Order: sequence, then C-alpha cells, then structure tokens
Amino acid sequence: MKTNIVFFCAAVVAFCFAAIRREPSAHPSATLTAVADSVDKETGLALDPNFMIVKAQCTSCHSPKLILQHRFTRDEWLSKIRWMQRNHKLWDLGESEKTVLDYLAKHYAPSQSAYSRREALRNVKWYKLEN
Amino acid sequence: MNSHIHNRRGFLKKSALTTLAGMVGTEIVFAKNMPPHHVPLAFDEGLAGKHPDMVVLSDKPWNVETPPHLLDDAITPVERMFIRNNGLVPEEKIDPSAWTLTIKGESVKQTKTYKISDLKAKFKTYTYQLVLECGGNGRSGYVPQTSGNQWDQGAVSCAEWTGVRLKDILNDVGLKDDAVYIGYYGKDLHPSRDPSKVVISRGVPIKKALEEETLIAWALNGKDLPLMHGFPLRLVVGGWPASVSGKWLHTIAVRNKEHDGAKMDGHSYRVPRQTVMPGEKLAETPENFRIIESMPVKSLITFPKTGAMLDAGKSLALRGHAWAGDVAVKEVMTSIDYGATWQKATLNAAKNRLAWQQWSAQLSFPQKGYYEVWARAIDTNGVSQPMVIPAWNPGGYLNNACHRIAVKVV
Repeated sequence: MKTNIVFFCAAVVAFCFAAIRREPSAHPSATLTAVADSVDKETGLALDPNFMIVKAQCTSCHSPKLILQHRFTRDEWLSKIRWMQRNHKLWDLGESEKTVLDYLAKHYAPSQSAYSRREALRNVKWYKLEN
Repeated sequence: MNSHIHNRRGFLKKSALTTLAGMVGTEIVFAKNMPPHHVPLAFDEGLAGKHPDMVVLSDKPWNVETPPHLLDDAITPVERMFIRNNGLVPEEKIDPSAWTLTIKGESVKQTKTYKISDLKAKFKTYTYQLVLECGGNGRSGYVPQTSGNQWDQGAVSCAEWTGVRLKDILNDVGLKDDAVYIGYYGKDLHPSRDPSKVVISRGVPIKKALEEETLIAWALNGKDLPLMHGFPLRLVVGGWPASVSGKWLHTIAVRNKEHDGAKMDGHSYRVPRQTVMPGEKLAETPENFRIIESMPVKSLITFPKTGAMLDAGKSLALRGHAWAGDVAVKEVMTSIDYGATWQKATLNAAKNRLAWQQWSAQLSFPQKGYYEVWARAIDTNGVSQPMVIPAWNPGGYLNNACHRIAVKVV
C-alpha cells in the first residue's frame, strides 16, 4: 500500500513537471495574501463551503500541494481527474465531480498575473498559407 | 443619413448591430433601448475610412490599433494607421483657410501667427516617412497589469508626412538663447467637455524640435490630414512617443524650461529613473521619473499573419519592418527555435532618417510541427530587442519585446 502511494505521488509529480511549470515567484503576492486569509491551516487549500468535499476526494491520495502549485482551467483540471482515473485508480467522483471542478476553477484558475515573462501564443486562428 | 444601418422605424438593423458588436468586441447590451435614429459613434467618426479588422480599444476617446499583418506596407495607408487620442476630436467645423498657427512663449523674440497658406508660401515644403509609435505600445505584455489602453503591438505606423520644418518657422520667429523646450497646444476637447481644460500639451527639447525631420504637417500620404489624425495641421516628431506629435495644432510655445503642459507630469510618458520591481509603487515626482525620449529598437513580422499552416518541405518568405527611435537598425535576426539559433535577415536602408526599414528572410523548417517564428532587431548602438518582456514600469511604457508568430508545418 505504501509503495502504491509513493508510486502514485511520483507519477503525479512527473505529470505535473510535464505540464507548464509556474515559478512560485510569478504568483501575484495579492493573490497569496487574499488566499492566506481564508485557507485551511492543515492543507493550505482555500476555505469555502466545498472545501471538505475537495479535501476528502483529492488529498487522501496526494498532497494538497499538487493542487496549490498549479493554475489550470476547468477543462485542464478535468483532464487531471481523468488522467488519475486512467492511471491511478481514482474512483468515479459521481456528483461531487462538479463540486470539485467548481472549487478548482474558482480558486486555482490561471490568472493573467501568473504567467512567465512570455506567455504561450493564444487564440491562434490557423489558416492555410498558399505559397 | 446612415439609413443603411437603420430600419424604417429608425432602429438599428440587426446586421448593423452585429457589425457594431464585432467592432467593439462585445454584444451591444440594451440595443433595444437605443433611441431611434441614434447613430453609434463607431459608425460616425472613429472608424470612418479604417480597415474593418482594426481593433477598437476605446471609442471615447478613440483608441484603435492595427493587427501586425495589416502593417505590411512600407508606407502605412491611412486606413491601417492606429488612432491614439487622449481627448475628443474637435467638434467645431474646421475651415483650413482660417486656421492659424501661433508661435509664442518666454523664449521667442516675438509672437507670430501664420495661416496655413502663409506656411506653404513662406517656407520650403518637405516630405518624410516618419515612424509614430505610442509610448504605451505593447502595454498589454506587462505583469502586473498597468492602467491605460492595453495595446498589443499595433500602435505604430510609418506614413509619409508633408509640411514645413519647425526649425524654419522658429528661425523666422527668432529664438532667444535661453530656449530649452517646445510645447504644443491643439483643439481637441477634454473628455469632461470642459473647454477650460487642456487635454494634452506635450513637447520636446529644443534640440529635437530643430531637427530637419520635425515637421508642421498638413498632408498625410499626399492628401490633407484626415480629421482623426489632426486635420488641418499637426506636429510630427518621428522616433519619439507619438504623444509629442500634437494634433489639431494651433499654438507652439517655446519655453525657457522643460514644458509643463498636460501629460508632461506624474508618470505620464515617463519611466522610473531607477528600475523597479514589477508592481512596485513609486511617488510620481520628477526625481523618480524621467521623460521618455527616443523610442527603443523594435521590429514586427508583417507577413505572414500568425497562424500560417505551411506544407512540409516548402520554405517560408517572411518579412516586416524594424525601427529604432532616433537611430537606425543595424541588423534583424529570425529564429524558429525560441532563440537557440538565429538567422540573419536581409535588411534595407531607411528611405530617410526616422523611417522604418524593411527586412525579409527565407525560412525552412527541419520537420513538421508547431513553430514560433521570432524576429529580433539590433540598433546601430548594438542594443537589441529583449525576447522577454522588458523592465516593468508603472505606466506600462516601452515594451519592445520581440514579436513572434505561430506557424504550423503540416
């Protein structure tokens, strides 16, 4: 069991490295301050009415820090859930999936302030160049 | 008038609303509540004669930018020129034959007033291609965000301006030895519509004012100035923040001190004398902030438009412009691997000082995939554009980071 958890955490960390890394220093201090006023002391996760559901679903297998160090869109958070379900025996979240996604999208969404010194090119409208 | 956008009851047609929504980038809320025969400003003035793909950042006052691929011409057509206004366009009927330019101030030997016909008759006419770039061009790249129009990269143009040299006029008026600065006054209207308030009155040191390319212009690309660009007379000072090129010009004051007109103070068109940490607050004093003078080296990729999909094995003909404020561009480099390697582009000389220079490159790609094509200009002082966003400053000025486009080889 212990081996399983270690493997799981390592896999999640590896996955996270593959995703876009965000420098902790790039996080806006304003956001950190705002979060600091209303976070759970044990996990560091934002306190709101859905906190306990999120804590139960997400932190029994991995560190809350895997959430805290990332800023993803709702769709990207969903793909993390699907990935954990595919690879790490995460159970079907049932009705609480929506609750978890609401929570993650609300508190840990990408903010304009959170990108590095050049963000990825976005909203590219692809067209065929005739030449 | 404007019946093509109204239906028979005087309400805006649905198609007009769609167009307007496209222009302002959002749905027109409360369209039903617009009074009958109301003509939204977008149809009336700001975008008149402008390319439909221009991007409206603000319609009161008008601030409109040009997507980089629309800036492909060596001489920017009026329909593709960005608009930057601090106030409202003069609403009075303008009679160019009655318009006057007055030169006054502490450091002139006499106050003198000229009609436009006097300027044309008395002084030699010159035409120059001059880069005008908003000091805040690129502001949207700064984090944390700074207030002001969130310009992307398109608040720049290089058009052909015709007029007389300011130095010839000042020579005719006669300068005192203590002249240090000029300041312009125009007839634009303060956003509050308070006629006693000056919208913007900026200027340049006397040395810049006396340069050969500093013009009092009445024509743009061979035609009378359009109203939005300063009809009937404006100052044009290439290479410096475009806010020194005053529109609807009626007066120039020659000052015996740094000009102290509207938008010369605080952090307007100024940057910290000592660089600050992003987001750092700084008292807005002249001790802390210096006036922006020459604009920094910069380049644009104007062809192809970002998002080009290219067949594998085909090469890509890339082109654009480069400029560097008061100096020239020495070299333009391109990269398809995020700056790991650079290829030298072909670079043309400028038509005249303070005009932008055309560059081109032929790129080939090693394999299929997603690429970012980057361009980087280096000026004659050896200073190059940064790939990352440069020094954060409270006004969000001078972001001259490299331009790049997305390309897919398929």
